[in-house]
Amino acid sequence: MSKPLPAVDYLKLPESGEPYLEGPKCSACGSIYLGARKVCSKCGAREKIEPVRLANEGHLYVYSIVHRSFPGIQVPYVSAIVDLEGGGTVKGNLIGVDADPAKIKFGMPVRVVYKDALGRKDREGNSYTSYFFEPR
Amino acid sequence: MSDVYVVGIDMIKFMKAGSGPAVELLGAQAALMALDDCGLKIQDMEALYCGNLGQAGAMVGQRVLQQIGQTGIPVVNCANACATGATAFREGWMAIKAGVYDTVLAVGVEKMGGGLLGGGGGGGGIPKEGLLGSMTMPAVFAEAGQEHARKYGTTFEQFAKVSVKNHHHSTLNPKAMYQIETPLETVMGAEMIAYPNTKLMCSVNVDGSAAAVLMSEKKVKALGLMKRAVRVKASVLTSDPWQERDLVMPDVNTCTRLAAKKAYEMAGVSAQDINLVELHDCFATAEILHYENLGLCGDGEAGHMIDSGATALGGKVPVNVSGGLLSKGHPLGATGIANVYEVATHLRGEAGKRQVANARLGMTHVIGLGSACAIHILEKVA
Ligand SMILES: [Zn+2]
Repeated sequence: MSKPLPAVDYLKLPESGEPYLEGPKCSACGSIYLGARKVCSKCGAREKIEPVRLANEGHLYVYSIVHRSFPGIQVPYVSAIVDLEGGGTVKGNLIGVDADPAKIKFGMPVRVVYKDALGRKDREGNSYTSYFFEPR
Repeated sequence: MSDVYVVGIDMIKFMKAGSGPAVELLGAQAALMALDDCGLKIQDMEALYCGNLGQAGAMVGQRVLQQIGQTGIPVVNCANACATGATAFREGWMAIKAGVYDTVLAVGVEKMGGGLLGGGGGGGGIPKEGLLGSMTMPAVFAEAGQEHARKYGTTFEQFAKVSVKNHHHSTLNPKAMYQIETPLETVMGAEMIAYPNTKLMCSVNVDGSAAAVLMSEKKVKALGLMKRAVRVKASVLTSDPWQERDLVMPDVNTCTRLAAKKAYEMAGVSAQDINLVELHDCFATAEILHYENLGLCGDGEAGHMIDSGATALGGKVPVNVSGGLLSKGHPLGATGIANVYEVATHLRGEAGKRQVANARLGMTHVIGLGSACAIHILEKVA
């Protein structure tokens, strides 16, 4: 059984140490992206992009509670957009809260946690690690 | 540069997704109706600009001509997400503005499937929908609405009121897919799709088509068509400027604000001069955002604006009197031209029971997620 693969390319699973999210950062203007790139789409600078390790702490920017999705996807779940401390905005599932707008507060502090990707496997049967947000 | 006019324009009654004939037949219907509206023939058209998304690689414009007249004219097929029809219309406007042609036809047509849009993800590995949040359109626009709620305290009820209003408007529009009153309890109590958007706060997938004949000023005068002509005062297309969250949160605001600013400048008018607006209410949440993006009210005032009735028929600036995408329906590639049809019909004073009184200036707005924003400002001539 091989090691789990990362669900997205900006999730890094080092040989030793904890998983983390990585965001290419433009050293010219400071913009942070997700996924490899060579040119900054904010300022147009070339070859100034360096990968940085993103924080595991952040705040909930906005969310939606999804009640209808594609067949086979368990609902309801909370789709969340989180601003990470030190820069970078990521989207994922907010877990560990009731799927109830009365229980979810804009700006609430959350942390990034790394877990199995809901049992999803690719065609070769590989399992995956993904990231989630939970209240802190 | 010559002013450009719409001299002929029409749309078919929108119908249940998948129930219409083949896409070229749907497009042909609207094309013939637009030609009849100004009494011209396909032989009078110097070019065709055709908007369609679902079969963007399949020469839909040529197939329309194969139904109604293969005259050998240039055909440009356009795809620009939900701004597709408006982009085709604008390409025609530009060609006349440039002096290349005097008379062109723009057609927008879409044959839709049912169900949720977006969220496909694609690529290798595992599906990301429901794992990394949701990229379905209802959820994306729910999150865009929630940004407004976060900033200004906009409520679920205020978002829902948009849908109540637009469904009411559609009861007065025989070409809308639905003519059904939906009271607030019904809208808020409908199946929740992605909070705060219930099923009745999501646009309706329909089959539909719309078409317009555009003409240069000298040709309009030469043919004596000025009486029902509508002047295109501004035509603007933007893409999405960089925003810090736009990798995970498509931004429909900045591209709209940019387009609105340019459109008002081009037309030499301000938001206060606009008598009616057809804007991109793909979801009820979106309409609230665009009141502010288009300058119809100040930032933070959109919740009050829907509460006050200012955007209902009879209000200060009626929005989506056609019923909007929420109830008239949203055939992606046809929507941009159908919006122009609605505004032109009011400027001509031909909108019947839903007529906006004394309409002289109207605006159309569409957003194609990804993103494209197209705005047109139209003016009554006669
Ligand atoms: Zn940069």
